[in-house]
Amino acid sequence: MNFHASSVGATRYVGERTPRKEDARLLTGRGQFTDDIQLPGMMHIAYVRSPVARGRIVSINLDVAREMPGVQAIYTQDDLAAIPVQMLSFFFTPIESPVTLLADGRVACVGDPVCMVIAESRAQAEDAAALVELEIEEETPLVTIADAKTGALVHPDRDDNIAAEMGDADMLEEAIQPLLDKAPHVVTHTIRHQRIAQSPMECRACVASPEGSGEMTVWMGCQSPHLAARYVAHALGMPQESIRVIAKDVGGGFGLKNIPWREEVAVVVAARLFGRPLKWIEDRYEALTASSHAREQEVTLTLGLDDEGKLLAGWSDYACNNGAWPMGEDSNIAVHMFMWPAYKMPAYGFVTRGWFTNTMGLGGYRGPWAMESLIRETTLDKAARKMGLDPVEVRRKNLIYLPDQPVTSTLGIEVTDITPGECLEKLVANVDIAAFRKEQAEARKEGRYLGMGIATYIEPTGSAGQMQPMTGETVHLRIEPTGKVVAMLSTHSQGHGTATTMAQVIADRLGVAYEDISVFEGDSAIGAFGPGAAGSRQGVIAGGATWKATELLADKVKAVAAHLSNASTEAVTIEDGMVHVEGAPEMSRSLKELAEIAYGEPARLPEGMASGLEAQFRYQPPPMTMTSAAHCCVVEVDAETGFVKILRWISAEDCGTVINPGVVEGQIAGGLAQAIGQVLLEEMPYDARGNPLAATFKDYLMPTISDVPDFEYLHANTPSQTIGGMRGVGEGGAIIGPPTLVNAIADALSPFGELGGEKGEVTLPLTPARILDVIEQRDVSGHQAHAEPAPAAPVETTAAPVADTSALAAAPAAISIDGDWDMTLKAPMGGQTFLAHFETDGTALAGYLSAPEGQQDFAGGTFEDGRMKFEVKVDKPMKVTLKYDLQASADTITGKCKMGMFGTAKVTAVRPA
Amino acid sequence: MSEHKIDLTINGYRHTAAVEARTSLGEFLREELGYTGTHLACEHGVCGACTVRVDGVAMRSCLMLAVQADGCEITTVEGLAAPDGTLHRVQQALKDNFGLQCGFCTPGVAITLATVLEDNPAATTSDMEAAMSGHVCRCTGYQGIRRAIRQLAGEHA
Ligand code: FES
Ligand code: FES
Repeated sequence: MNFHASSVGATRYVGERTPRKEDARLLTGRGQFTDDIQLPGMMHIAYVRSPVARGRIVSINLDVAREMPGVQAIYTQDDLAAIPVQMLSFFFTPIESPVTLLADGRVACVGDPVCMVIAESRAQAEDAAALVELEIEEETPLVTIADAKTGALVHPDRDDNIAAEMGDADMLEEAIQPLLDKAPHVVTHTIRHQRIAQSPMECRACVASPEGSGEMTVWMGCQSPHLAARYVAHALGMPQESIRVIAKDVGGGFGLKNIPWREEVAVVVAARLFGRPLKWIEDRYEALTASSHAREQEVTLTLGLDDEGKLLAGWSDYACNNGAWPMGEDSNIAVHMFMWPAYKMPAYGFVTRGWFTNTMGLGGYRGPWAMESLIRETTLDKAARKMGLDPVEVRRKNLIYLPDQPVTSTLGIEVTDITPGECLEKLVANVDIAAFRKEQAEARKEGRYLGMGIATYIEPTGSAGQMQPMTGETVHLRIEPTGKVVAMLSTHSQGHGTATTMAQVIADRLGVAYEDISVFEGDSAIGAFGPGAAGSRQGVIAGGATWKATELLADKVKAVAAHLSNASTEAVTIEDGMVHVEGAPEMSRSLKELAEIAYGEPARLPEGMASGLEAQFRYQPPPMTMTSAAHCCVVEVDAETGFVKILRWISAEDCGTVINPGVVEGQIAGGLAQAIGQVLLEEMPYDARGNPLAATFKDYLMPTISDVPDFEYLHANTPSQTIGGMRGVGEGGAIIGPPTLVNAIADALSPFGELGGEKGEVTLPLTPARILDVIEQRDVSGHQAHAEPAPAAPVETTAAPVADTSALAAAPAAISIDGDWDMTLKAPMGGQTFLAHFETDGTALAGYLSAPEGQQDFAGGTFEDGRMKFEVKVDKPMKVTLKYDLQASADTITGKCKMGMFGTAKVTAVRPA
Repeated sequence: MSEHKIDLTINGYRHTAAVEARTSLGEFLREELGYTGTHLACEHGVCGACTVRVDGVAMRSCLMLAVQADGCEITTVEGLAAPDGTLHRVQQALKDNFGLQCGFCTPGVAITLATVLEDNPAATTSDMEAAMSGHVCRCTGYQGIRRAIRQLAGEHA
């Protein structure tokens, strides 16, 4: 690869294990985390949280608490409601469930914040919080997904407990089942993934300081100060420039801190009401039980394969627990979007739903769609075992290699330059599988059970331009009159080391010493809008922006030097902060000298050139980039105890240009450790009354150094189509890790039986007891004793997802639908509301749909007996034909819209108020 | 609330203070004295982030009360590097090996490793790994910490 070829100096920084710029302050205790902020007159917040999972608030008695030392105020929702707030999802769409900052008359989960105590110290606030008397009329909570399907409504004003749904149930019968019926081999596999507490080491934290009239400085543990500022401004209806968010150091985010949530926004609102600085520091008990959770989900995948192991068709039924107050109602469409881009899958369909329950709400966690890899890779291995095929061969038969591209995957995802097949070949070339199989056979004779797991995948990264918050990035760059370089970015590091990698790019592309570069980030007053760390995007997008901005600045330096020396710009090189002119060594100048001229003596610059040495670039990359990888791990399972020991782990990944291998490997390793936690250790269980049971780190088992092996890395470095060629690597370890490990354990246990037993249902985490279930072929873990009601037959879809239009078919004939309607479509990124205009002529239907983004006309529809059918073609975010099938009554229209690859969405419309 | 006068040495400087009996050492160091390098990540003695050295012993400052530190000599992460800024070899090893990402767990990790080496300058990798088993890091997967340990053990091997 030739990303090094250029006329700048020979010192290379891109690709080097350059020590991190962040480390000096963090290693010496001089970082600045939110809890380190102390402001004069600052008061402290403690929340009173609901001890019951569901019920009506009968009374809140503050009398005793108010009298406690140091207490300044106690707010309930009635107080905070003085400032209207509309909570938003990560996509900046309104949250549909009736979420308020504090509980409003009802509580819907244990941990629901009910009151906010403001006191002179945190201890005093906590003392008083403990003395607030809540009387709540407790109701039977819904805890599991199964409860949600049959239980009373979590949010009484909604139609059902479905928080979100996508997919096309009809497609099973119409398109997929016939293919499965013809397939020589059909394999079905189910995974129940436990609930995870994201558990960054720094709990959530927020300090809000009101300033002047309506201005506010906020320090917040977040993943992007820009996104946090935009979110809070939107939610409160404030102008965005009136709020500045600072987050210099943040102790991990992992998706939990994607957006500010109820507690952080409540601090901002309370600071406006109270008029003085307020600080809230979450404790670990709250972090575990009352921060948004992640992952709890169940999926069944059925695959049809031919005799060689080639995929013929697939169907999956997916459900996730949204809890009571998700950070955006979610049916996880991304699971289905990213299930197959790395594979040749001829036909795939799904239904996917998110369910409300009386548990803590669903939030993001590293690779929120990771279930696609877990279910796909474990099902493929199960198929290989059943059919007596080599798991590597099964993948070779189906994986996409470079010569196969470009190709369009299921759900219309275009892949043009991914390397999952090549990563697998690289992995296999570096792992002696045959030798392992021999060793495994020998070990089994001694009663030792070794297993090897392999998994392959792609990770979508660097998303930009298709969802509100996922944008490009701007870089401001200047060479100071001192000759030192300053960069201002909207990146954010919660450990990512963006100041390091961006400085490497600048040093490399400009030809200055890494030490002479300062990167400023972590403050919404610095740089332009960017969503920070989300979706493995910073290396790709901010990296590309920095790359290009630096080249623009280098061009200017060269133009100035060439002008001063009467040389051509081609003759100018920059190396280690010195600007040289080819063939004229006496003309060499330091960047400092050039900068002094550029700022102080602009008359010496070429005519018309702006003074100073500055550059700015906003990079809008391709909408999506993809990283590929294949991983392998080797485990030994102790047949006596059920303990799993991981002996070896090799990653062969292709994340394009690697700016800093130390940083890239750090991201992979962190994700893999989380994967090990998910497969073997971590779990946030709930009891039947809706109590979260892992309230400390003694109950919630975080992986420690003894749980994690040494990881080995093979980097492939196929440049992407972005500037600089980076591909992004933030989430991958947490996506590919779980299937790799589960496959290894299943391989180790294969002499005893299938992991997940006869029914083929694997429940995570794979505790020693669950592993002994397989080894001893009896119910050691006790799961059958409290098994949930038997699930529906695998290839059957659960309860009908969409309003049944036929039920409304008896609409009176006299209905007129002509004119305007306010129409709502429950789309994958939240609800979309727009104006629908209909015109009928007999049974002919035409009209338009109009939103601020534009208007789409349609014609050729039909209107018969109240039933409306019409099609609308849209280009954004992807080319899709929307097929509406609606039923009108006098004042409402309901029905569904088939959205091509996105499945089916629920539609409702009413006459404008 | 009872208040107690305490007198202690932190990173070579003597401090006297009046503290509430219930104030933890970690909270006292952070809130009263501004040694915010000591991080509180669980406040219940499991994660190790808050570890400081008290009279030569690595202690969880969330589990020790400030009053119990009366008369003690304490080293926090701010006191590990030499006065001229030269990093302690544990800090240097962590830096050389990408042993930290967000840096929230790091102060405790550094204090524990420094204390192990102080107690036993010939500490082996397994001595140091065993000491690390009491520290939780969510970011690094412990890879860089383990490499740092190997480097530290190699320096005297
Ligand atoms: S904060 Fe003291 S051990 Fe976790
Ligand atoms: S570096 Fe983030 S927790 Fe250890």
